[in-house]
Amino acid sequence: MSISGTTTRRPSQLFRNLNAKIASLPMILTALVVFLGGTAWTIVYSFTNSKLLPRLKFVGLDQYERLWSQSRWFTSIENLLVYGVLSLIFSLVIGFILAALLDQKIRFESVFRTIFLYPFALSFVVTGLTWQWILNPDFGVQHIVRSLGWESFNFNPLYDQQIVIYGILIAGLWQGTGLIMCLMLAGLRGIDEDIWKAARVDGIPTWKTYLFIVIPMMRPVFITTLVIIASGIVRLYDLVVAQTSGGPGGASEVPAKYVYDYMFLAQNLGQGFAASTMMLLSVAIIVVPWAYLEFGGKKRG
Amino acid sequence: MRYHFLAAALAASTAITLAAPAGAADLEVTHWWTSGGEAAAVAEFAKAFDATGNKWVDGAIAGGGSTARPVMVSRITGGSPMAATQFNTGRQAEELVEAGLMRDFTDLAAKEGWKDFIRPASLLEGCTVDGKVYCVPVNIHSWQWLWLSNKAFEDAGVPVPTNWDEFVAAGPALEKAGKIPLAIGGQSWQTTGTFNVLIPAIAGKDVFLKVYQDHDAEVAAGPEIAKVFKAADDARKMSAKSNVQDWNQATNLVITGQAGGQIMGDWAQGEFQVAGQVAGKDYTCLPGLGVNQLISTGGDSFYFPKLDDADKTAAQEVLASTMLNASTQVAFNLKKGSVPVRGDVDVSAANDCMKKGLDILAKGNIIPDTNQLNTEDTNNQLNDLFVEFFKTPSMTPEEAQKRYAAIIASAD
Repeated sequence: MSISGTTTRRPSQLFRNLNAKIASLPMILTALVVFLGGTAWTIVYSFTNSKLLPRLKFVGLDQYERLWSQSRWFTSIENLLVYGVLSLIFSLVIGFILAALLDQKIRFESVFRTIFLYPFALSFVVTGLTWQWILNPDFGVQHIVRSLGWESFNFNPLYDQQIVIYGILIAGLWQGTGLIMCLMLAGLRGIDEDIWKAARVDGIPTWKTYLFIVIPMMRPVFITTLVIIASGIVRLYDLVVAQTSGGPGGASEVPAKYVYDYMFLAQNLGQGFAASTMMLLSVAIIVVPWAYLEFGGKKRG
Repeated sequence: MRYHFLAAALAASTAITLAAPAGAADLEVTHWWTSGGEAAAVAEFAKAFDATGNKWVDGAIAGGGSTARPVMVSRITGGSPMAATQFNTGRQAEELVEAGLMRDFTDLAAKEGWKDFIRPASLLEGCTVDGKVYCVPVNIHSWQWLWLSNKAFEDAGVPVPTNWDEFVAAGPALEKAGKIPLAIGGQSWQTTGTFNVLIPAIAGKDVFLKVYQDHDAEVAAGPEIAKVFKAADDARKMSAKSNVQDWNQATNLVITGQAGGQIMGDWAQGEFQVAGQVAGKDYTCLPGLGVNQLISTGGDSFYFPKLDDADKTAAQEVLASTMLNASTQVAFNLKKGSVPVRGDVDVSAANDCMKKGLDILAKGNIIPDTNQLNTEDTNNQLNDLFVEFFKTPSMTPEEAQKRYAAIIASAD
């Protein structure tokens, strides 16, 4: 065992953990070719006037100029902002409250957990169609309340341009909150019982314990949850298609639908690529500084 | 043991394939005809093609043209083309043809004399790129129809209108009787269609051609189109209470007398037929909205992607001439509710409304379909504009016209 001191050269850095490197090669290639390559390809072609088929005839910023002069694009962004902010806040708040309630050592906990998580097992399309019926004024909630005697009751979100996005938000929350609750519950279960005991000994009220001790300790869980919710927001598409198909009068359009419609229905790839590049850019603007702060700084314990 | 069995089975299946008569082939044909009447019409094509010794493999794609076209295009560009596919007569497959992905049927067309019997000539022109024929038109559909429910007008106590102005005038009476004056489904193409029908009716054929054929933005921003927007504003008010999505649901409102009328293409006739209604007695049809007796000559065409297989390539020609065969044309179109593309076939089985259409066609009062004049990109932008206009009461006609003119200016 006298390796130290001998003149053997250290094995090349390249061949360390060779097996692991070979094993991850397919994934690295996929990431480079499919994700990075595809992204670069999309960005390059967004500067062309590609119609049905991609072709390299550059037109400068024309596609972007057209994109930013479309009122439909502005509506889409506005809707995504409203949906995004509200869905982030409400899923976190509702999810956490449900989890905290379930954490009170109640009876039939697993039954409740199953009930709350169940909507997550449904696809967005099924969720969207179901809520389209529930919110339909002629045989949904409005009809039921009216037939109970409140004749003037009005609840018609999917047919009202001003509030249609909230109708979609309701369905989105119904579908997604259960998962957030489960994540939060797992986080709460990870908190040491002794901390609760100590807080109780010190006479700190329960709500304060949650707010100032437990929640800060659940930081990693919150970050995971945030990423899951955020990715769900940006790709918002199928829910809208199933519930309103962008209506009434284009009032519930979202960016992902704009991209699909222009790439495949309007046979205008360039316009679709320009829109998807803008989506990528906005995601990058939010994610990059955050990732830098989160992972780039000093390592946290 | 298992391997031997598998090998034997494979060998046997190859033998069967080889034993099939030379020249005969299975052709997959994709289309979006899935409703009852449409499926029955397609079955006529399949029957006629099977009779030639080949086999029709049905590739119906549900969900309508806007769902089906992306699937068809990605299959063709992705390298696994079907043997034949439907598109609307017009510019939808233009780029696929330009990219050399479609088969050219110029020789067959010349041999069978398609030019002599396909009428109007614009149909074959729509299939022709640089002097070569790339598709087979199979039917003629027109958009310019106002369908009226006789019962709704009876209930409202007003006579059934004979033109657009009388219809607008009857609006308040219909509303008082609890009817929706004009039914329009929420899908965007229906609102665009309504507007495009109003143009030739209100402003005339020349304006229609200047806007859509020459893409003249000045005319689009001018006083004639302003009148059309005024009429569209009327239509918008009359359709405010119509909250259905699909076109056939809107037609159903007319059939049941809940709505006064609907502007829709002649395919709506199939719905009236299925409901057992009689033209003239239960419902009234006004071609060209009763103002300008003009109809457009859109419809469906079949395109044949280039294939490597020699047998299939030969069978494609058989399919093309089968589709244009006189008896197939009659059988198919009677079930489809459309007009045959051949001027030399017997259509005495047609009903009153269809005969009105045939009459106008014979007089030559026709305009091209917007699918033939506009790219899908332009149509899609128009869809975005009109669905917003029809569903946003606060949007003024002037504001909408400005955006309309901008779309026409950028159209190619």
